[in-house]
Amino acid sequence: MNLAEIFAAQQIGFPILSTLIFLPIALAILVNFLKTDHLARWVALLGALAVLVLALVMTCAFIPGVSHLQFAERIGWISTVGITYHIGVDGISVLFVPLTAFLSVVVILVSWNSVRFLVKPYLAAVLAFEAMVIGVFVTLDLFVFFIFWELMLVPSYFLIKLWGGGPDRQRAGTKYVMYMLSGSAPMLIGIILLGVNYNNVTGGSGATPSYSFDFPTLLSVPIAPGLQTLIFFLLAFGFAVKGPLFPFHTWMPTTLLEGPAGMGVFLVGIKLGVYGFIRFVIPLLPIASARWLWLMVVLGVFASLYGALIAMAQPNLRRLLAFASISHVGLAILGLFSLNQQGIQGGIIMIINLGFVSAGLFMLAAILHERVGSSELSAFGGLARQAPLLGTFFFLFGMAVIGLPITSGFTGEFLILQGAFLLHPAPASVAVLGVVLSAAYLLVYYERAFFGPVTRSIVKTLPDLRSREAVVAAALFLPILWIGVYPAPLLHVTGASVQAVVERVKDAPLTAFRLSKEK
Amino acid sequence: MEIYSSKPLLALLASFLGAILIVAAGKKPNLREGCSIAAGLLQLVIIVSMIPPVLDGGSFHFILSAFLPQVAIAFRVDALALLFAATASFLWIVTTIYSIGYMRLHGEANQTRFYASVALTLTATVGIAFSANLFTLYLFYEALTFSTYPLVTHTGTEEAYAAGKRYIAYHLGTSIAFLLPAIILTYVLSGTFDFRPGGVFPSAANTTVLVILYFAFVAGAAKAALVPFHAWLPAAMVAPVPVSSLLHAVAVVNAGVFLIYRVILHVFGLDLFHRLNLGIATAVLASITVMLASFYALRLDNLKALLAYSTIGQLAYMILGASIPNQNGMTGGLIHLVNHSFSKITLFFAAGSILLASHKTKISELAGLGRFLPWTFAALTIGSLSIIGIPPAAGFVTKYFLAIGSIQAGWLVVFFVLLVSTLLSAAYYLRVIRTAFFGAPQENVSHPISEISYFIIAPMILTAAISILLGILPTLLLPLVRLALR
Repeated sequence: MNLAEIFAAQQIGFPILSTLIFLPIALAILVNFLKTDHLARWVALLGALAVLVLALVMTCAFIPGVSHLQFAERIGWISTVGITYHIGVDGISVLFVPLTAFLSVVVILVSWNSVRFLVKPYLAAVLAFEAMVIGVFVTLDLFVFFIFWELMLVPSYFLIKLWGGGPDRQRAGTKYVMYMLSGSAPMLIGIILLGVNYNNVTGGSGATPSYSFDFPTLLSVPIAPGLQTLIFFLLAFGFAVKGPLFPFHTWMPTTLLEGPAGMGVFLVGIKLGVYGFIRFVIPLLPIASARWLWLMVVLGVFASLYGALIAMAQPNLRRLLAFASISHVGLAILGLFSLNQQGIQGGIIMIINLGFVSAGLFMLAAILHERVGSSELSAFGGLARQAPLLGTFFFLFGMAVIGLPITSGFTGEFLILQGAFLLHPAPASVAVLGVVLSAAYLLVYYERAFFGPVTRSIVKTLPDLRSREAVVAAALFLPILWIGVYPAPLLHVTGASVQAVVERVKDAPLTAFRLSKEK
Repeated sequence: MEIYSSKPLLALLASFLGAILIVAAGKKPNLREGCSIAAGLLQLVIIVSMIPPVLDGGSFHFILSAFLPQVAIAFRVDALALLFAATASFLWIVTTIYSIGYMRLHGEANQTRFYASVALTLTATVGIAFSANLFTLYLFYEALTFSTYPLVTHTGTEEAYAAGKRYIAYHLGTSIAFLLPAIILTYVLSGTFDFRPGGVFPSAANTTVLVILYFAFVAGAAKAALVPFHAWLPAAMVAPVPVSSLLHAVAVVNAGVFLIYRVILHVFGLDLFHRLNLGIATAVLASITVMLASFYALRLDNLKALLAYSTIGQLAYMILGASIPNQNGMTGGLIHLVNHSFSKITLFFAAGSILLASHKTKISELAGLGRFLPWTFAALTIGSLSIIGIPPAAGFVTKYFLAIGSIQAGWLVVFFVLLVSTLLSAAYYLRVIRTAFFGAPQENVSHPISEISYFIIAPMILTAAISILLGILPTLLLPLVRLALR
């Protein structure tokens, strides 16, 4: 797997990825100095839209069909330990940048009216979070990656603690940070081990060490199978907690229930943990990935069943969506660890699908919460009669959760199942049950909440989606429909990079042993 | 001879655009129903125009778009597709005419939604018929479930929603749990989603996996209502009569049977199908369904419920035919797809006519009604005779081929099943006829009961007449059937 690079200066003329990271940071600082909350909202929205436009420009300028790292920038930083500011995107990461930018706009819109106090710090936290997430997606140096990964916790901690909707938000914020830190500590050890291994292989000594944390550089040195397994488990633990992959998922429902609606969009919509597996774990540790794929497949299949089963029993819409997302992460992991073209592409499409779907559903849940005063099923009933637009959009997003044709959920699930069946029919057949259950929990919830008699007086006066909300919902559904009907461009963008990963895993044992023999 | 033509797409567009026009004309009932009939006629003309080239050994192809690499939404029209699509499209027009009478006289609400859903149902049905590969078929198969849901729950009562829930659970549950994985597994084993004459699997494929795969297809085809996936069918009877006639005689149930035929003929291929002894397994499943449905129907008093269980049995005949390892047996099964459609829709039309004219739904209440509703009961009698299999009605042709086929194959148990189920269906259908014509009229018939509308009578008589015509001239269908089975 040889990742050639096209530098940003040649490709587009200016450091576009750095702009995408630092523009939101600048905005986050700027909004604090604005006079009124109203102005701050508009500046934040227009700024987030500018980031989105820039991200879309970047996606359009991206050259599909090659596995090169594009828009790359490389600046030496702490050269004694080999840390560089090295960023760039390839087919695996490029789509997540516009997704993050898009969801940030949605988060700002969703909280337009619902966040009423400390508006400026709230917007600053959202924009800072956006910057860190984009940083995570574009960084190629594992050390810098880790810095963005950890800095993400700061805005999210305050988002949950200060603007959370639940009574227990203080504890939820602490729980979230504790979970994340316990996941990232082993990850850091894993990253350091990668650097140390590089030093050992390239023959650096105590006096002239040659550390590197650079992803393309690390790809070029072999890692002994035993060490691979160790690093695999260290990294996998961190990514599984973030995923969240069963059994490290328990922070998720609490955080979604207690945190602000916008946080839900980010946490469910952006699957950093899953991204970590496909970006770093599988390419860097191909032997361990192939050796332990059975474990990941079992965990993935189990998570897809477990999440769906628990979701069936949830009367609270936010908790239902949390467990639905745990179930879908399981499916995505199953796809990735099928270690073939279809499975990995399906996994990527699945997490992109989750971004749009969860943003849509959390937005609707937030609107319902605002107007009915609860997310509990007992407060709903007959919603569709009162608010037909809301009901229609909920159903459309629900279709993508189930994975029905013409939605992106179908494309993702179809590819994942195809990949999984190519791997082995047994886990694939069990995973199908998770898909069936997703139809069950979603349609049952939909029927109870949206059909039937109206029992509560507040539902009788429920206003339907306002035009602004309907436009956002439609904007979220459009990409779902597009990926569902015509996924070819997306597959073209991701195809070459995914193929490079697949080939690397396929050749892994051979390359590793040949290199170690040469040495 | 392969003809690349947009006709298959145009046939789908006719009904799809029809649905849009129906919604647009929703405020003007006459125009709305006019749109529905016009769309139906257009679709039928397009479909029928493809019959002569296909009879000459050709087939129509059209690729709509590539969905994934190696997966395209594509159409292929052969004889099997035309048999199904032409029947569905023709009966759509007839049902629309019947609906004009029924829906207005019965004062049904949401008629625009009804006509639009029916048009979408036909789009999905013709889409299933014309699918060139399993993937396209799956898309339209799911679309059929969702386009028929508003029809099943049309009345909006609690009972209707309960039936709708069961309907969705059976169809969506089985299609996701069995059909989708079966389709993907087929691709994994064969490297293609396409339907190919003679089957797609390489000879080295693992036989155990193939057997499991076949049963996943059968379970995924819950629309064919084989036991134990039949319970949605009687439940869905809460829908208005035109819906039942379209769902249970034409679109939905036939889609299930069609899927099984496609899988046997063009995914597995007859050689592999019989080499794995799947024919015998299918025959056992179908025979059990026939017997259970027939016995159950005996004790029913509700006319529509009786028709529902009779439908389950009749569908199993078609699948029984597919399982018999010779041309005659398969001809009997496939020709029944058409014969049953015309006969059963006649019976549903008659049941609706009885309901409108006399508000009666139970067989025991029909006593003596024959003399008040001569057209209705004439049609009902013809439909019944056809389903029982008495010449010259169409059902006789089916039974004839099935009987010959089962004897040729030496499957005397199947022959015996045919015999017993024929007697049973005679028992329950003749009971209806006897009560209606020879029963003493109930004394409290205060208002005069009479035939209610030409919109009701004409479609009923037409389908009854065709049921006889197909019995006298089976050669109208046989060339197409033979071609489909080749």
